[in-house]
Amino acid sequence: MKRLAFYAFLIFFTLAAPFLLPDYKTQLATLWLMIIVAIAWDMTGGQMGYNSLGNIFFYGTGMYVAALIAIAIPFDVGEYTNAFSDKIYKFTDTEYFLGAFVGILGAGVFCAISALVIGYITFGLRGPYFAIGTLGVAIAAGELVSNWEWAGGGQGISLPVFPYDLELGKIMFYYMFAGTGVVLFLFARWLYKTRFGAAINAIRDDEEKAEAMGIHTLRYKLTAWSMSAFFVGVAGGISAFQLIHFEPLETAYQTINLGIFMVVCVLLGGKGTLWGPVIGAILFHLFKEVTWNYLLGWQWVALGVLIVVTVVYFKDGITGWLKLVRPEWFGIRVEAKSQRSPAS
Amino acid sequence: MDQILSNISLLLEFPIVNLKIVIDGIMIGALFALSAYGLALVWGVMNVKNLAQGDFVIAGGYIAWWLAKNGVHPLLGVPAAFIVMWGIGWGIYRLVICRVIERDLFTSLLATFGLAIIIAQILNLIFGSDTQSIALDYPTLYFADGFIDVPIAKLLGVLMATVLAAGVITFMKVGRMGQAIRATAQDARAARVLGINTDKVYSFTFSLNAAICGAAGAIVVMVWVIQPFYGITHSIRSFVIVTAAGLGNLPGVIAAGLGIGALEQYGAHIFGIGYQQAVAVLLLLLVLLIRVQQQKRVRKSLQ
Repeated sequence: MKRLAFYAFLIFFTLAAPFLLPDYKTQLATLWLMIIVAIAWDMTGGQMGYNSLGNIFFYGTGMYVAALIAIAIPFDVGEYTNAFSDKIYKFTDTEYFLGAFVGILGAGVFCAISALVIGYITFGLRGPYFAIGTLGVAIAAGELVSNWEWAGGGQGISLPVFPYDLELGKIMFYYMFAGTGVVLFLFARWLYKTRFGAAINAIRDDEEKAEAMGIHTLRYKLTAWSMSAFFVGVAGGISAFQLIHFEPLETAYQTINLGIFMVVCVLLGGKGTLWGPVIGAILFHLFKEVTWNYLLGWQWVALGVLIVVTVVYFKDGITGWLKLVRPEWFGIRVEAKSQRSPAS
Repeated sequence: MDQILSNISLLLEFPIVNLKIVIDGIMIGALFALSAYGLALVWGVMNVKNLAQGDFVIAGGYIAWWLAKNGVHPLLGVPAAFIVMWGIGWGIYRLVICRVIERDLFTSLLATFGLAIIIAQILNLIFGSDTQSIALDYPTLYFADGFIDVPIAKLLGVLMATVLAAGVITFMKVGRMGQAIRATAQDARAARVLGINTDKVYSFTFSLNAAICGAAGAIVVMVWVIQPFYGITHSIRSFVIVTAAGLGNLPGVIAAGLGIGALEQYGAHIFGIGYQQAVAVLLLLLVLLIRVQQQKRVRKSLQ
């Protein structure tokens, strides 16, 4: 009963948030973005034990794929991205919404497929090599895209603004992010209870033994990573339309910003748990925004310190700590008094 | 595409250009090998993969640059950077690294990534985000009708890197602490049983690594440019070199360092200077791929 009330409150708050806090619509949308990428990272990092530092690759690729598809439907991409102010490209409403819909879905699908390709190559790497290898993929992609003139080069791509009232646009983007986040959360919740979830947990615990038990590890790893990549790609696609303008190194393939933040969110909340990434993302986003506002110039140092402190001193995250203090919340039964007093 | 083809045909038409690129690459590669040696040291002894390696290099460069700006002779910046970075390395070891040694490798990787962000941002706040270098007023030597130009400053840099590397290697072979470091790398528990204070060895190793990187950075600022955010590329180069050479393979590290320097110069020549970072990273992926294939043959994974 209590649980039902809790979920009802969450659903109500999710739906009503942009109206309750009208000044923070974009902030709340960004919060949902953090939650999406954190849960998606945890799918491979926490549940499967493959700590990727390059998941930002799917975010950036999703942005580019969504934008390029949306542009390619009505116009010629090479001309559009390299046009100067002398020629104005106007999207009609249908072109905008059709482009956004097809582009965002296409971004997810493209990222899922590219995860299969990259994963086929990089899943031969383990542990830190996998982390560095995927980081390399993300940095290389950013550098290559920023030299790719057809896709806008270093200047990036500008997309049209939302065709109606801008406040309405903010609400729409909030619901797009929130919808994707809720779908991803429910999907992960279901997935971790299935045989598939058990299999990827087995891979995390001991890959050799899992293989010996007859689990086709490569197939499971590829599937898990491409599912995670699909959602990150969709989030990237939505971001492309929300941000209107983006450029390759600082916005799309932002390796040291979002690319590392998603990992820190998960570690802060607790690796390999369902709620950990969500809690971590919320706390991290709050911390980030507060430091951004009050520590002019030093916010990056504060974030670096937060990363180091989280990793070094707080390794199980908040969920791990809660599990220690309140085990009954997680369904772990503890014998109330294991030591009987001698008098009785 | 045409640009790339014409660049390649230029290389074929004038073989002397190849020589120039290789010489340039080797002079830079000597410095890459230096910081990669430090990484291999920390990796082999403490099993910590230091992603802040490149930021140590850049920090050392800024120390030398700041001293040179205040009237100290640039060549003195190298020992100064060595000493200051030794202290900083010791502080970082005491605060962070000593708590991640026993933990899994991803923890150390992330913790040092956090450190890398902190160092780069502090440098950015203090020195600004412009690229900096020290111009040494030494003449330039010309060979082969002026096709090959070798600035004496660069030669001096290579010479200092060689002296430093030779000093560290001799110390590791002969010095009492060097022997203790090698013993700890072989088997930390056995070393502890035999009365070696491994905590001291670890802190010494990490400080030495930071100092080597700092000195390398002080040379980099004389022969090349530095910028607060160039650290990550240096770190990646170090990883490429160590992954290609393997741990504890000193000739391999030197050969890989020089080779990476030369390959990067070739990449910059063929694809244009905008691709220099991309070439460094693509080399990493290439090396990892080759290593994975090698490991697959013996049915093992790279870990």
